[in-house]
Amino acid sequence: MNATTTEAPRTEASPTQLTMAGALNAALRDAMAADDRVVVYGEDVGPLGGVFRVTDGLQAEFGDERIWDSPLAESGIIGTAVGMAMYGMRPVVEMQFDAFSYPAFEQMVSHVAKMRNRTKGRVTLPMVVRIPCAGAIGGVEHHSDSSEAYWASTPGLTVVMPSNPADAYSMLSEAIASDDPVVFMEPKSRYWAKAPLALPVTTAPMDRAVVVREGTDVTLLAYGPTVRTALEAAEAAVDEDLSIEVVDLRSLSPFDDETVGASVRKTSRAAVIHEAAQFGGYGAEVAARVTERNFHHLAAPVLRITGFDIPYPSPKLEEHHLPTADRVLAALDTWEWDA
Amino acid sequence: MSHDGLMSLNVEHLPTRTLPAEKPLRLLDNAGHAVTGASTGGFLLPDVDTLLDLYRKMVVARRFDVQVTALTKQGRLATYPSAYGQEACEIGAVASLDPVDWLFPTYRDSIALLTRGIAPGEILQSFRGDWHNGYDQHAYRTAAQATPLATQALHAVGLAHAARLRRDPIVSLTYLGDGATSEGDAHEAFNFAAVWQTPTVFIVQNNQFAISTPLARQTHATTLADKAVGYGMPGFHVDGNDVAAMYAVTRAAVDRARAGGGPTLIEGVTYRIESHTNSDDPTRYRSSRDVEHWKRRDPIERLEKYLVSEGVLTETVRAEITDAAEELAAATREVMTVEAELDPLELFDHVYSRPRAALAEQRAFLAAELAGARDHAEGRR
Repeated sequence: MNATTTEAPRTEASPTQLTMAGALNAALRDAMAADDRVVVYGEDVGPLGGVFRVTDGLQAEFGDERIWDSPLAESGIIGTAVGMAMYGMRPVVEMQFDAFSYPAFEQMVSHVAKMRNRTKGRVTLPMVVRIPCAGAIGGVEHHSDSSEAYWASTPGLTVVMPSNPADAYSMLSEAIASDDPVVFMEPKSRYWAKAPLALPVTTAPMDRAVVVREGTDVTLLAYGPTVRTALEAAEAAVDEDLSIEVVDLRSLSPFDDETVGASVRKTSRAAVIHEAAQFGGYGAEVAARVTERNFHHLAAPVLRITGFDIPYPSPKLEEHHLPTADRVLAALDTWEWDA
Repeated sequence: MSHDGLMSLNVEHLPTRTLPAEKPLRLLDNAGHAVTGASTGGFLLPDVDTLLDLYRKMVVARRFDVQVTALTKQGRLATYPSAYGQEACEIGAVASLDPVDWLFPTYRDSIALLTRGIAPGEILQSFRGDWHNGYDQHAYRTAAQATPLATQALHAVGLAHAARLRRDPIVSLTYLGDGATSEGDAHEAFNFAAVWQTPTVFIVQNNQFAISTPLARQTHATTLADKAVGYGMPGFHVDGNDVAAMYAVTRAAVDRARAGGGPTLIEGVTYRIESHTNSDDPTRYRSSRDVEHWKRRDPIERLEKYLVSEGVLTETVRAEITDAAEELAAATREVMTVEAELDPLELFDHVYSRPRAALAEQRAFLAAELAGARDHAEGRR
């Protein structure tokens, strides 16, 4: 992948190859070292280092009063984090897989999202809920869901999803420093993606979208795992003499209307790509607000290239469900191109 | 007020593998006589000064409760869940806390908030419909009254755990109803508290009904306190209309938690005399005979008999308490007759700590709409 990045990461040391899991691990370590109010807990995050090894080595370094294994109960994890944040701690808790976060739905929606508003800002909840998300890892049932729309449609939550190691480090650092609760979604299929990186690194603010490849004909709006899909499509489209701009949304709530709007008004065509089902999905919101705000600049309807409206498939069938670069290019072909 | 000598149990060695007594633990019987023998569970009757203070708090709390129910019937409040009849549970538990401790109440526990010193106008902001929470939680160390059942119990456990990690000797106490013990969050809270050994006291107010559903449809356990055993924490089955027992047991649990002994589950057996809220019709699910039965077990009258027999509740003291209660009722009426000035634009101000462009747009939209409505009302359009 040879994407051009409009905002090059700012780094201090010389780069080494780092995975997203490694970058997240480093962000947690640096935050824990800098602030003793930062505590980490969840299922299997201690000696095991998490099922994706994101917390690898942290308990050995910081001890079990800073990072520990909780009982296996997601509502309990989120609910106790609310109380800890009320007392001034900055808990960073892990949901092992996003389909396993559903028991915590009530705590998230009724308390995490509403506490600040309910108390007129007198009680804030500086907590981060890390959620490994999406599929394409050959996972059995309940290990590949895309739950972002549930959280993004809840006022009071901030929802972000990095697509690469540099953003993973920078955005997690910013999320932990935030006074508001942040749902931090980590695309599982990108955990092992490597990039040359020198830490610490600061990329664009976590509430901003970033143009990761410039183009003139089409804007592809992607986040998390589908940023790579969009970049692959853009690369393939070069042969077809089609210039595709790729925007990594990064922040799902808030939505960066400014960056997205600027790109769409330039290209006059937009499509949004995600793994989650289409109906009532996050792409519906993206298509609606891009259309509402830029209708007179659009040459064609905003397309959604998404997973089907089906429960996530079993491992041997998931490739048929997930959006691919070919499927993206085929979708763009459905537009009328004569102008 | 001395707390010494309340316990004859060695709190460090409370049995955690034994079921609580099936007969509720009590220190004062319904006739107001001090109980002796096994029914006391080894707890000692608090001294008369402490009991007189609890009496005063209960009388004031009930007057407040009756006043707010009346104001609700007059349409001054959107709703009010009364705790009439549960004063011993409410006051006995909350009076056991020190000012540094944290309380995690539900919607039914307004009189506990009052006892913590929160002003009526601040407590009732939410029930009046002005804003979802009206008091400074940090100032009173009292969380917002939770409506989703048992969810606040986890907050209580989390806060207590944070305090423990900070080596702050702080206890959290949370109220749950009998219905709430069926919720998954109750289970998770009990378990997290026990595993982490947090300084948390769970007060289950078993008032016999979850709106209309009777206890027999919530649990097959002999007592709700039995559940404690499975989590490896002490459980106490207490006469929830005996404030002496509720106070003695809760105070012991609070002291034990503060000393690092971990959580305790206390079930107070009581009865909700009023309806669930003003929109409930209890005649559909319980008999007036049942209500009369419990009215004869009134927690305030019981203590009153004892204090009179001890000679401490003189006519002078009684009059002084009545005056204080009436004064509070008058203040409550006064504050509730003044409509609060609400700013609709504040709806946007507290959702996030950082400004959001889209929310600013919606705020501007509402501001323009309000300005248009004002202009229209003033005949400018």
